[in-house]
Amino acid sequence: MTAALMVWRSTASKKVKFFVIAISILATLSLVRIWADVLDLTSRGTISAALGLAVPIGLAGLGGLWAERAGVVNIGLEGMMILGTFGAGWLGYQYGPWVGLLGAIGFGLAGAAIFALATITFGVDQIIAGTAMNILGLGFAQFFAKITFANLPGGGPTQSPSIEPLPTFTLDSLSDPLVDIHRDGYFMISEIAGFISGVFFRLSILTVLAAGLFIATSYILWRTPFGLRLRSVGENPHAADSLGVNVYLYKYIGVLTSGVLAALGGAFLAIAASGVYREGQTGGRGFIGLATMIFGNWRPGGTAMGAAVFGYIDALQLRDANGTAMRAVVLLGALVLFALAIFALRAKRYQTMFALGVISAALISWFLVTTQLPREVALVAPYLATLLVLAFASQRLRPPAADGIPYRKGESK
Amino acid sequence: MIKRLDTLLAPLFAVMFSVIFASLILLAFGANPISTFLRMFDYATTPRSMTLILNSATTYYFSAVAVAIGFKMNLFNIGVNGQYRLATAVAALVAGYVTFPGYLGIPIIIFISMLVGAAWAGIAAWLKVVRGVSEVISTIMLNFIAIGLIAYLMAPTVLGVQTAENVIGTPIISEGNRIPGFTLPSAPIPVYGMFFLAVALGVSYWYILNRTRFGFDLRAVGMSPTAAVASGVNVKRMTVYAMLLSGAVAGLVGLPLLLGAQYTFTVNFPGNYGFTGIAIALLGRNHPVGIAFGALLWAFLDVSAQILDLTGVPREIIVIMQGVIVLSVVIAYEVTRRIKIKRQQAAVGSAGH
Repeated sequence: MTAALMVWRSTASKKVKFFVIAISILATLSLVRIWADVLDLTSRGTISAALGLAVPIGLAGLGGLWAERAGVVNIGLEGMMILGTFGAGWLGYQYGPWVGLLGAIGFGLAGAAIFALATITFGVDQIIAGTAMNILGLGFAQFFAKITFANLPGGGPTQSPSIEPLPTFTLDSLSDPLVDIHRDGYFMISEIAGFISGVFFRLSILTVLAAGLFIATSYILWRTPFGLRLRSVGENPHAADSLGVNVYLYKYIGVLTSGVLAALGGAFLAIAASGVYREGQTGGRGFIGLATMIFGNWRPGGTAMGAAVFGYIDALQLRDANGTAMRAVVLLGALVLFALAIFALRAKRYQTMFALGVISAALISWFLVTTQLPREVALVAPYLATLLVLAFASQRLRPPAADGIPYRKGESK
Repeated sequence: MIKRLDTLLAPLFAVMFSVIFASLILLAFGANPISTFLRMFDYATTPRSMTLILNSATTYYFSAVAVAIGFKMNLFNIGVNGQYRLATAVAALVAGYVTFPGYLGIPIIIFISMLVGAAWAGIAAWLKVVRGVSEVISTIMLNFIAIGLIAYLMAPTVLGVQTAENVIGTPIISEGNRIPGFTLPSAPIPVYGMFFLAVALGVSYWYILNRTRFGFDLRAVGMSPTAAVASGVNVKRMTVYAMLLSGAVAGLVGLPLLLGAQYTFTVNFPGNYGFTGIAIALLGRNHPVGIAFGALLWAFLDVSAQILDLTGVPREIIVIMQGVIVLSVVIAYEVTRRIKIKRQQAAVGSAGH
């Protein structure tokens, strides 16, 4: 998808582009809803759940983006996220959700500081340091959870007492009428109704905060001198150094911000999604965040889109009782691939077009011969999508040039 | 000899540092670190614990060697988790459904498991060589895809069966397809038979690495890809071979537990040996003997921690220790490497005058 968008980034203005994307997403969803006859595909519940599932993934992905834009690959996002869930739980049950949020930030900073010390100051391999970070984050959270929560009322060795919820927002007067409109099943109008009612249904203030962080990131990194310097450190640290940029400092800023964002993703899980710290709560979302960042071509907008896709499919899977929604996902995938095949044809990349066309045709026939599908199909779909993007659009993906290379001042390479 | 000492110093420093770090945490929570460590040591030296240590170490050894094969040429096989889980699941299905004549079953099952592991790693190899996709990212994706695939295979409507109350898994493996173990003196449980395969793997890993053209090429690519190309090594082909080999060894990781103790694969089969393998390969510096010590140390920590819950100290202190060991060992390696370079430069500098 990213590849297709990039092809035409040059030919259309931004507003038109956004409009066309929005319309085509709605139209495709509407088409699939009608063809596969699954009303829940765009219902208030699904959209609302998708948003809630997308936020922690998106925040982790945004964290990965900050680190990698400064040239540090952060596999340790998962560990920092776990620290975030613990920080939110530990301070959150005692002093309320806002202090819990601060706790998550503090723990995320601490984890990121250790990671930064190892990768930036000592220049050890970033993948290895990230792996160590994941072990450490898990160990710390499990150890201290046992010590602090085990004997508390409502708590246990793997779970904190409950945290007070943060304020949420529902569009009261409009929500139910919109749901009725959705249920009537008009082409595209139902989708719009579903989206509006879903987004403004128990909308957590943390979700709004997360959206703000995405906008802020895209402004800070691409529109300010500070952002230019931070990105230059990820592209060519030696050139940046020769221009007087303090490379170590900017790398530290990138990694520390990364830790804070990942931890906020964890805090969302603990405070908004479940109301407690629970062991294993992150469930690999740090890694999924990394995937969304790649899916989104190391850009905030793309990362948000990737997170939305992951969250959406996850929500469908959780709400799918009889396997029909999964069947719709297969059709959706087929249509997306078909569209990409057409883009590949226009770009005269026939080999890619052929491969995408074959996969798309296979998916459509699969859709036609089954009546329901196991939910595992959906579990796999986002990862498969990321792999496909990597396989067919890797030439279009542009990670920061010095991503993952340890930097030593004064040593070229 | 001096060189040997240098390489030993870093892991020793890392272990000491982690012990000190853990002691500080224990002190902060009012536990006596010395008596805690002594109890752990006492518990870990009983025959039963020693058997458990050997068993865990066997599993860890396979995993770490799988990772080390990749590391030798700067390939990060983060996907050992997915490779062994899928391989073990398929092996369990074959072993559970098919009865082989005589002793033919075990080698066939081991072979199938290695084949599946290699095939799963092969996807990442293909993506890297043909499409230029980083193996770190593709193997992470493949790990998740493997989990979904296994969940699908294990569904009661597909191939899974009910093996116990509320447990869905592969059919219980029959006697003929199990690998018998051996028992240490006065130990209540046997050591996995695959312990011997781990030893054999270590020997052949050492032999291939140091005594064959393939091993030489592997190390050459790892040290300097450009120099390797200049001396006629096909780097792409080596990447594929190394990845396939790594995946094949990863295919062995789940078998000791499957064929030696559990006899069935469920969705709850332990799923994180791959990351343990990364840590141990680092600790052992990708050397067959070093990895063996690393695996034993890791298993020792794991088993000795089991007594901790009885003393009121959460056993997760061990996980913290393990994380600290990995982090400090890589930092120690990096620092010693820099000191060595400094020393060399100084030597060259003074020789010039």
